[in-house]
Amino acid sequence: MNIGIVRFIIGWMLEFEAAFLLLPTLVGVIYREVRISLVFLATSIICLLAGFLLKQRRPKRRDLYTREGFAAVALSWLTMSAFGALPFFLTEEIPNYIDALFETASGFTTTGASILTNVEALSHASLFWRSFTHWIGGMGVFVFIMAILPLMGGGTTINLMRAESTGPSVGKLVPRVKDTAKILYEIYIGLTVIGTIVFCLCGMNLYEALTIIFGTVGTGGFSIYSDSVMRFSPLAQNMITLFMILSGVNYMAYFCLISRRIKDVFAIEEVRWYLGIVFGSGAIITWNIHKLYPNIWDSLRHAFFQVGSIITTTGFSSADFDRWPELSKMILVLLMFIGACAGSTGGGIKVARIIILCKTIRKELAVMIHPRVVKKIKVDGRPLPHETLRATNVFIAVYSFIFFSSVLLVSIDNFDFTTNFTAVAATLNNIGPGLAGVGPTQNFSLFSPLSKCVLIFDMVAGRLELFPMMILLAPSNWKKY
Amino acid sequence: MNIIIIGCGKVGITLVEQLNGENHNIVVIDEKEDKVKSITDELDAMGIVGNGVSYQTLQEAGIRHADLLIAVTGSDEQNLLSCVIARKAGHCKTIARVRNPIYNTEISFLRKELGIAMIINPELTAAAEIARIFQFPTAVKIDTFSKGRIELLHFRVTGDCLLNNYQLIHVRTTLKCDVLVCMVTRGEEVLIPRGDFVFREGDMVAIVATPSKASDFFRKIGIVTGKVRTAMLVGGGTVAYYLARRLLDVGIDTKIVDQDPARCEHLSELLPKATVICGDGTDEKLLLQEGLDTVEGFAALTGLDEENILLSLVAKKYSHAKIVTKINRVNFNSVLGDIQLDSTTFPRLLTADVIIKYARSMNESLNSNVENLYKLEDGRVEALEFYIKEPSAVTGVPLAEMRLKKNLLICSITRGNHAIIPGGQDELQVGDLVVVVTTHTRLGDIKDILGDK
Repeated sequence: MNIGIVRFIIGWMLEFEAAFLLLPTLVGVIYREVRISLVFLATSIICLLAGFLLKQRRPKRRDLYTREGFAAVALSWLTMSAFGALPFFLTEEIPNYIDALFETASGFTTTGASILTNVEALSHASLFWRSFTHWIGGMGVFVFIMAILPLMGGGTTINLMRAESTGPSVGKLVPRVKDTAKILYEIYIGLTVIGTIVFCLCGMNLYEALTIIFGTVGTGGFSIYSDSVMRFSPLAQNMITLFMILSGVNYMAYFCLISRRIKDVFAIEEVRWYLGIVFGSGAIITWNIHKLYPNIWDSLRHAFFQVGSIITTTGFSSADFDRWPELSKMILVLLMFIGACAGSTGGGIKVARIIILCKTIRKELAVMIHPRVVKKIKVDGRPLPHETLRATNVFIAVYSFIFFSSVLLVSIDNFDFTTNFTAVAATLNNIGPGLAGVGPTQNFSLFSPLSKCVLIFDMVAGRLELFPMMILLAPSNWKKY
Repeated sequence: MNIIIIGCGKVGITLVEQLNGENHNIVVIDEKEDKVKSITDELDAMGIVGNGVSYQTLQEAGIRHADLLIAVTGSDEQNLLSCVIARKAGHCKTIARVRNPIYNTEISFLRKELGIAMIINPELTAAAEIARIFQFPTAVKIDTFSKGRIELLHFRVTGDCLLNNYQLIHVRTTLKCDVLVCMVTRGEEVLIPRGDFVFREGDMVAIVATPSKASDFFRKIGIVTGKVRTAMLVGGGTVAYYLARRLLDVGIDTKIVDQDPARCEHLSELLPKATVICGDGTDEKLLLQEGLDTVEGFAALTGLDEENILLSLVAKKYSHAKIVTKINRVNFNSVLGDIQLDSTTFPRLLTADVIIKYARSMNESLNSNVENLYKLEDGRVEALEFYIKEPSAVTGVPLAEMRLKKNLLICSITRGNHAIIPGGQDELQVGDLVVVVTTHTRLGDIKDILGDK
């Protein structure tokens, strides 16, 4: 592996993180939190210095293949979390570094799982940073860098994007990586701005609106209050539901919308499946919980809020769904695994992969019935490349492997099965709250440091879709050819 | 510019590689998925798997907003059809590669009737270059400017050449030769020399001169000129056919050696004046029998690169002929320089060069005055032709007083029908066609030749 360029890229990322850290500094200044503000400024300078040091020596070779791209992104995300955790630790708002790291990793990976028992105790600046990490992590830091800077390596930077963007086959919207990254961020920023305005109109103040929209479009789930978004008005909750569901849609659909190809939006099979799943499960849950709430509108609101929150892997909650009937809980757990659309900011296995899997199963059955049958799997009317098919199957295998190993490791802490199972599901799929011990009104502080480390790994692996993290564990990757 | 390239073969890849650095939006189309993938993995282009003739595929590639479509698949008919459909579907300019000699005579008809901007034939382009070398043997490689009025002649300084250890300033003062030395390649380095430059053995020198002055110069420095009178071509492929036809036209006695009897018969039918020998070109005895030791021009044109290189080495051993080696793969270019083959020609690069020149001038014509662009020495040097449309800081000033950028040289001025090799007293005027040689890339305008004040 070309370690030089990996180092250089990490340096680059750190310099951008330094710039990002200036925003909470500013928030601290506005709310007159001088000490907190200084800590953020100091962290920013530390990042800048570290980045500067790493970038000192230009790499000799500039080749950036898949392995370098994947390793660079995975390492960058770990480094980014490590540095991003510093403010929480230095301000002593989260005195334990592992906890601070968990919180930050949970932020960047848009998980939204928290170890905080009392969220309101944090300063405005820290809470802002906590939510802002969702926004950065949602679309990805390298996609952001690529939209601004011409990174070295020319077209091979697609490998960075491939590691960071979601879905079984990351493609470009337009011929150039830079333009693709720009369009993605334009859509992302567009959604953020519209969302902020809508939330403000629904009665939130600007600070609330910003932090909540960061968690919404990034599909993160950190709230600035301990009761998530339960205190907001029903209208505001409905708007959050809407923006969560919109954020889980493949950004390809928005690109088609912008370039006025409305017919193509509905031709995307994944979007149809996704909306189908949302409305189907929403309807079942509404029926299932209608006795718990005084009227049908409340049931509808809570059902769709939770469905939107879980399938897009956001993790906000408008009600304590841990106390819902088993059927509803089971549907939510299933939605955790399905996840959002490929090419969105959400996590999980992704609807696109579920579609491919369903079609593979159908094909295998056909082969059993007619052994000599010739059948090609098609998605969006186009035959699926064998490569994608294989990658999807391997993804599921690796996914199961990581999932069950994590459950095994977490079970050392001796909690009940539901807690262990949903804690891993909620972190590996970047959702946030699980059930029982890690339900929407609980948090992750009860776990041991070891379990927290396992869950941090799960979060980052889940966000980067496993392989970038797995490549770090392959010893042969570190050899110099 | 939005460019669509159909066909990810050798030429297609070279095109993407070269165009990638010039800020274009490139979409490649090929039916083979792995070929598309290898391009999109390494270069900043979007790939589409599909047939470039299909309207739907073209639509997907964004034909409506495309400025240029380049069809370089293996099939002539597919290329032509793609271009025709692209013209109807969008309003882009189109370039097709057409290599079948049958179409060759009908190119102008096809171009006009099908509305194709350029039809390029790689073999014909290569043959034209080799023919030029045979007509001017001392120069290893020749590029022409100003519609053939100026030639850039590349040659190597040998041990017994007068130029060895000679200072550049004396070329004008002592030898009284009116030639301009544009650039010198020494090892891996490319230099644009000044007056105090001293030539050394092994230097690759490029000069600009009118043909008569050039031959005078070559005579004075002790390099024998005069075109070849006999030529031997080994390998009777398409390039050989085009080349032989050209050589015979200018009265050069041409011999073609090919192994395949059917091909030989076909060739002798097409080229009644040529001597066609049916035999194994790698057989040393046969070649000697056919007068390898007395031949003045030798071209190795078989389909195998290795065979061509070996043949050239054999020819070099037995004769003093001007030797041209055809090479298809460019991957080993760096090693080839060490073997010291006289001339190599890469049909693939030639094709790409011609297309890129077109794309570039198309792109630049909007906001600059670049008329023609040549990439020299693996793209490390560019020769650009500017047309001066209006008075500016560079007009009306003697060249000696102009502060030009370093590593930049004005190597010719064409005024009306006269080509001037510029000296210090010459100045640029409106309406001039100026050729600039430089190691700076991406000059967009004639004013860019001025350095910082």
